[in-house]
Amino acid sequence: MVERTVRVGSSHGLHARPAKLFVQAVADAGIQVTIAKGSGKPVSASSILGVISLGIDHGDYVTLATDGDGTADDDATGAVLDSLVEVLVTDHDNA
Amino acid sequence: MTTPDSVAVAAAPPTGSRVIAGAGIGQGVAIGRVLRASDPLPEPPDTASARTADDERARLASAIGAVAATLRERAEQATGIATDVLEAQAMMVEDETLADEVDGRIENGATAERAVFEAFAAFRETLIGFGGYLAERATDLDDLSQRVVAELTGVPAPGLPRSDEPFVLVARDLAPAETALLDLDKVLALVTIEGGPTSHTAILAREKAIVAVVAATDAANLADGDEVIVDAAAGTIIPSPTTDQADAAKARIAERETALAAPALPGALADGTPVPLLVNLGSADAASSAVDEGAEGVGLFRTEFLFLDARQAPTVEEQQAHYRTLLTAFAGKKVVVRVLDAGADKPLEFLNDAHEDNPALGVRGLRALRSSEDILREQLTALAAADAETDADLWVMAPMVATVEDAAYFTGLAREYGIKTAGVMVEIPSAALIADRILAATDFASIGTNDLTQYTMAADRLLGAVAHLQDPWHPAVLRLIGEVGRAGAATGKPVGVCGEAAADPLLAIVLVGLGAQTLSMSPAALADVRASLRSVTLAQAREAADAALAAVDGASARAAVAALREPGSTNPTPISTPSNGAVS
Repeated sequence: MVERTVRVGSSHGLHARPAKLFVQAVADAGIQVTIAKGSGKPVSASSILGVISLGIDHGDYVTLATDGDGTADDDATGAVLDSLVEVLVTDHDNA
Repeated sequence: MTTPDSVAVAAAPPTGSRVIAGAGIGQGVAIGRVLRASDPLPEPPDTASARTADDERARLASAIGAVAATLRERAEQATGIATDVLEAQAMMVEDETLADEVDGRIENGATAERAVFEAFAAFRETLIGFGGYLAERATDLDDLSQRVVAELTGVPAPGLPRSDEPFVLVARDLAPAETALLDLDKVLALVTIEGGPTSHTAILAREKAIVAVVAATDAANLADGDEVIVDAAAGTIIPSPTTDQADAAKARIAERETALAAPALPGALADGTPVPLLVNLGSADAASSAVDEGAEGVGLFRTEFLFLDARQAPTVEEQQAHYRTLLTAFAGKKVVVRVLDAGADKPLEFLNDAHEDNPALGVRGLRALRSSEDILREQLTALAAADAETDADLWVMAPMVATVEDAAYFTGLAREYGIKTAGVMVEIPSAALIADRILAATDFASIGTNDLTQYTMAADRLLGAVAHLQDPWHPAVLRLIGEVGRAGAATGKPVGVCGEAAADPLLAIVLVGLGAQTLSMSPAALADVRASLRSVTLAQAREAADAALAAVDGASARAAVAALREPGSTNPTPISTPSNGAVS
């Protein structure tokens, strides 16, 4: 399991447009990623409705997770998660 | 503030139609006939499907494919925000979580129509449960649900009326798929029964400068063909207007067109008192277009963009290059640059990434810079270097100044780097309340009305549930602004206003009356504010300020000033004089 916890930067949280940019980035990454708000239940990060339904606000902590196998591949996976973290910390509402 | 002989009120009351109230977007006014967007489709019946589950799945797949294709096609035709919103909608229709929800229902014998309807309704309820901004997104899901059901049942998707004659569009709420494709040549105004000031309708109306009134509940009673006046400035819809009302509206439309088309004069009042109109900019890219729109300088240049995408602070050279571009575009004009305004609410890795329970009350603005002083010193170095290379009049100010000591610290540091004019933002009530002593320690004050309102009303500016308190018209906020204006006059130091409040043409008059010497706003607001200021003398602006200060709340402050400006339209006790065709 590779994880990243991050605070969301968009001023209105992860609603339609920022959620779309994030879900598209997940699709582009080509790996299965889950997203959870706080200590809540993780949902698939490739579902825009799933992501929106978490009701994530500006400043909320979210955790991205993906299966890792403890091998060197985990470094590559970590890099992918880091790129998704970038999308989450950006304020798309004031871009 | 209009003399009685220029005012007239129709002797007879209007036709008895009640004025419909809503939230106006922008300052425009329009008159025309109503066309209503078609009402939503009936709820699909909850009866068992006569088809097999596989047949229902196949019907669904083809309907979803068709709807997604239509949305993507519209996304390609749309521009700006609309493109992103439409693409997001296409993704929602094809969403895997939705597919799971629908599939489970079909497996249990539901029709595809009913299954889609219920699955979207479940997500809709979730969003409404969050309240605020997310709840306003619920309309987007309704629209998608309707589109898929319409496709499945072979009826046209609910949508916009078409007409060769220009019309006033009245709808329950407008989905992005609809607003994106509005033929602006035919739409005189938008009226929505639901939705709020942050709905897509409102956002797009602002972006495209369409006259709009949203959340006008009673507009549900309007029918196709009704003649209405839509007044965004007043937030009203007048059904079946009298001839006098219609003539007044037409005069305002013509006046507004003339004002917007006129070459940009410098900002000034009717008596010649200059009120330079400046712009708020977030990057140097927009500088030259702002100059074209008549900006007399920059009242707030935010520097956050230089830092936000960076893991490390930008180098002095990188910063200097940006500032040089900005200052070159405004050669000979005033440019007020705000040093980095970041904190736990705008986290930057290199500045502050500690979690705070109350970021708005924490280490942000100047407080964050004081704890990472090297970043502030580098920024001042880059600004002074860019200033030396260019001919603009550079002013530099600090955000989130709470104390005289803060003001003295920043001013002293800026001087050390050769910054000629150093000042502070007044956003915290403490700074407003002792503005005379703050100004004694620095060169100028710029009032940030958004934060000043947030701190005065103790209402998070990003939280929908307290959005009604985020009102710069509130007399408590205005009183603080008045304190700063008075201190400016007493000390002979410049006081300006930047922030949303300065972009409201009516409030702009009040701000000048309270002692603001310059106003800074988004470039799109310049023309309306310029025209508004040119309609009053300084004495009238002060009279408007007194009326607003005496009000009990923001809404009545606004109403009091509106009544002074246009007697009869909102004044509960209109002056009765012989009718000569003016506003009633």
